[in-house]
Amino acid sequence: MRRSNIIRLSLLPVLSAWLLLFLGTSLSLATAQEESTSAPVVMTAQEAMTTLQEGSWPDKKLAADYLLKNGVPALLPQLEELRSNTNRRVRRLIKPVINLLKNKAGLASPDKGTRRAAARDLGARGTPEALPVLKEALSNEKEHWVRYDLEEAIQLLNLENADPQVKFTAIQQLGDMRSAAALPILQDLAKQQAGNLEQQTLKDEAEKASRLIQKWQDVTRGIEMLLQGLSLGSILLLMALGLAIVFGLMGVINMAHGEMMMIGAYATFVVQETFRMYLGEHLFDYYFFFALPCAFFVAAFIGWVLEGTLIRFLYGRPLETLLATWGVGLVLIQTARLIFGDLTAVRAPSWLRGGAQVVVGVQLPYNRLFIIVLALFSVAGIYLLLFRTGVGLRVRAVLQNRDMSACLGIPTRKLDAYTFAFGSGLAGLAGSALTLVGNVDPELGRNYIVDSFMVVVAGGVGKLAGTITAAFGIGTLNKLLEPGFGAVYGKVIILVLIILFLQMRPSGLFALKGRHLDS
Amino acid sequence: MTPERPITSRLAVAASSAGAGPAFWITGAILFAGVPLLNLLPDDSFFHVSDFTLNLLGKFFAFAILALGIDLIWGYTGVLSLGHGVFFGLGAYAMGMHLMLGIGTEGVYGNALPDFMVWNQVEELPWFWKPFYSLPFSLAAVVLVPMTAAAIFGYFVFRSRIRGVYFSIITQALALVAWLVFNRNETNLGGTNGLTDFKHIQGFSLNDPSTQLVMYMITILFLGLAYALCRWITQSRAGRVLIAIRDCEQRVFFSGYSPANYKLFVFMISAGLAGLAGALYVPQVGIITPNQIGVLPSIEMVIWVAVGGRGTLSGAIIGATGVNFMRSTLTNHFPELWPFFLGGLFIAVVMFFPKGIVGLLKKASVMLPSGKSKVENVATTD
Repeated sequence: MRRSNIIRLSLLPVLSAWLLLFLGTSLSLATAQEESTSAPVVMTAQEAMTTLQEGSWPDKKLAADYLLKNGVPALLPQLEELRSNTNRRVRRLIKPVINLLKNKAGLASPDKGTRRAAARDLGARGTPEALPVLKEALSNEKEHWVRYDLEEAIQLLNLENADPQVKFTAIQQLGDMRSAAALPILQDLAKQQAGNLEQQTLKDEAEKASRLIQKWQDVTRGIEMLLQGLSLGSILLLMALGLAIVFGLMGVINMAHGEMMMIGAYATFVVQETFRMYLGEHLFDYYFFFALPCAFFVAAFIGWVLEGTLIRFLYGRPLETLLATWGVGLVLIQTARLIFGDLTAVRAPSWLRGGAQVVVGVQLPYNRLFIIVLALFSVAGIYLLLFRTGVGLRVRAVLQNRDMSACLGIPTRKLDAYTFAFGSGLAGLAGSALTLVGNVDPELGRNYIVDSFMVVVAGGVGKLAGTITAAFGIGTLNKLLEPGFGAVYGKVIILVLIILFLQMRPSGLFALKGRHLDS
Repeated sequence: MTPERPITSRLAVAASSAGAGPAFWITGAILFAGVPLLNLLPDDSFFHVSDFTLNLLGKFFAFAILALGIDLIWGYTGVLSLGHGVFFGLGAYAMGMHLMLGIGTEGVYGNALPDFMVWNQVEELPWFWKPFYSLPFSLAAVVLVPMTAAAIFGYFVFRSRIRGVYFSIITQALALVAWLVFNRNETNLGGTNGLTDFKHIQGFSLNDPSTQLVMYMITILFLGLAYALCRWITQSRAGRVLIAIRDCEQRVFFSGYSPANYKLFVFMISAGLAGLAGALYVPQVGIITPNQIGVLPSIEMVIWVAVGGRGTLSGAIIGATGVNFMRSTLTNHFPELWPFFLGGLFIAVVMFFPKGIVGLLKKASVMLPSGKSKVENVATTD
């Protein structure tokens, strides 16, 4: 016991001496380091700034060069101030400096998007001085797509390199990366006259790389169009489901269905405005969760009122309902125009802006993905409702034989009202979803009603599968034909195709099998 | 041996033949000669019909020809076409093209090409414009182009037994597509602005009131001819088949008739009438644009017939002139209320008076004679 105490006591001063020594050296080292690099930079940077303001022209050039290599983003405010107070020549001189420093700051940002934008900007407009900055950022970067942008920027800058070897690798790399930004430059390179063998190899390589990139762009364009088609198809599906159910069940053609969509869109707009006025900006992003059910219920309620006051007197007379509901649509459109004016923009919540990048050049926009998911959920919901609940069973029974169902005690009238309201609600949902991709105007529904009816006609009445297939088919076909033929001739082709298709299957893709002559 | 006619078709034939006779000739004479005579009266006279009113009436009666066609296919055959604006447009554009070429070098750019082509940097007149220099060709095209279009479209649609609302929806899509195509600049039909700035027809200035007077009289003449044609068709045996198709298509089918052929025939006739209406409309109004032939005007045309009374030829004429009169009055004074009024008309005509104005008049005339005779009795006994 005692002995150990002694040891401890004797050790203490020795240890503390060592500790002090260590601390002292590290401290002095640190200060020394500061002196050797950082401190003089700040000083010289300040000097450079002063030179830029007051020095002679060659000195100014030197100062700008110095700042290009050693500048830090902290100098930006000073440079900006200088830019607004100086002549054009100096402005031109310091412009690349400001650019580089800005992007340097951007590369250090915690936000992924800002880092990517900075990298892209450097690739497009940067000078070779940006290379070390980019390389340093690349070594610290972990995000896959930021790394991609950084590498692309480095190779783009390498294209300007005088060394043919470096240039050659850059071309190869850019081709392998399927870089869209490099395409115009590579195409230029491929067009240039080749004086010697070296230039010829470069030229050939550039041609090869630009071909690779172009082929890839065709693929990505296809993917993008497919996605747009699917999202258009989703909207058509939400519209057509309501139409098809209502027509199948009640023999009612609801031409005001598009206006239910418009009502859904305006309900979304009103919810958004309410959120903006009464709740803070931090809650604004959640408005869409309220807007969706709101759009559904407002449209459903108006549909319910419409059914109760007008439609119920016109059951089984589709041509009459067509005309009457068209009139209702006119009234609703004009009412909306008097209340809201001609054009209103709904701001999508921030979490639905932007998109997820999956492969090079393909950005999957969140809003379109959301619309597709919404449609899928709705279809799943309708399926469960129709085939897994008692109400659904009754609806299907009425769909097959109204009189028999009524005899068996099914309250067909009530069922009709609910179904009509539900179909209108679906259109409201579609309208709400539509605000994510476009503006809201009173005639919004008119643009979709004809297409939705084409979906119903082509898909056949009474089967979910027909409506789903037709909606996605027509939606995708619409977008696929657009680049080749233009939107207008695309529509002409679709109409012709539908008419020809009905030659083979007059009652649509899927139809309820029955012994009626009508079906 | 003739198949037994359903009771409904016999009734309908009887009802439609009841309305004609001397009334037709008297109304025709008043419209053809009387109204233009009133136009010759001095301006301050109470009965004076101004040039503007005469022009407006000419437009309305051109629409009435179109309404007769729609009545033929919807009122009599029960096929609701929501694409008649297209056929109207084809006729109107055919006439418009002729008038456009008639401008010659008097256009803004002083070029022999129509102004919009100069504007769109078209160097040469497109091939399909060239025949329209000739008036006879244009006049034939006015009727034959819509009829051919209707024949092709109708053949495929009726053959696959698309009927009822399916037919309406497909024709509405046709109207939408036609509107889109006519709006394009590269189809060389004037794009969104359509065809306008016509100067003269066969050397007569279109701004001259006397030309407009003649145009009005030609319109009335053609309206009379169209009415006679429709009457002849509806009173013939074919007309009875049409009504039978409306009332029960299956029974007609099983009686050995081909409803598709009859429908195609009547669809073509009504398209031809629509084209004729378009051709009469253009010189009187002076402009034709895609917005006059799209989805919205097409369905509006149907409501003229519904308001007047479908299934009666006089109803179509009354409806077309009446609704358009209301339209020009209301849009002048309360432009914001017109959509409400039109929408209300759609609803009311379906809900409350499905037989239209003529139906209401008939109902009233059934009640009237007894009341009238009582009054007369009272008068004579006194």
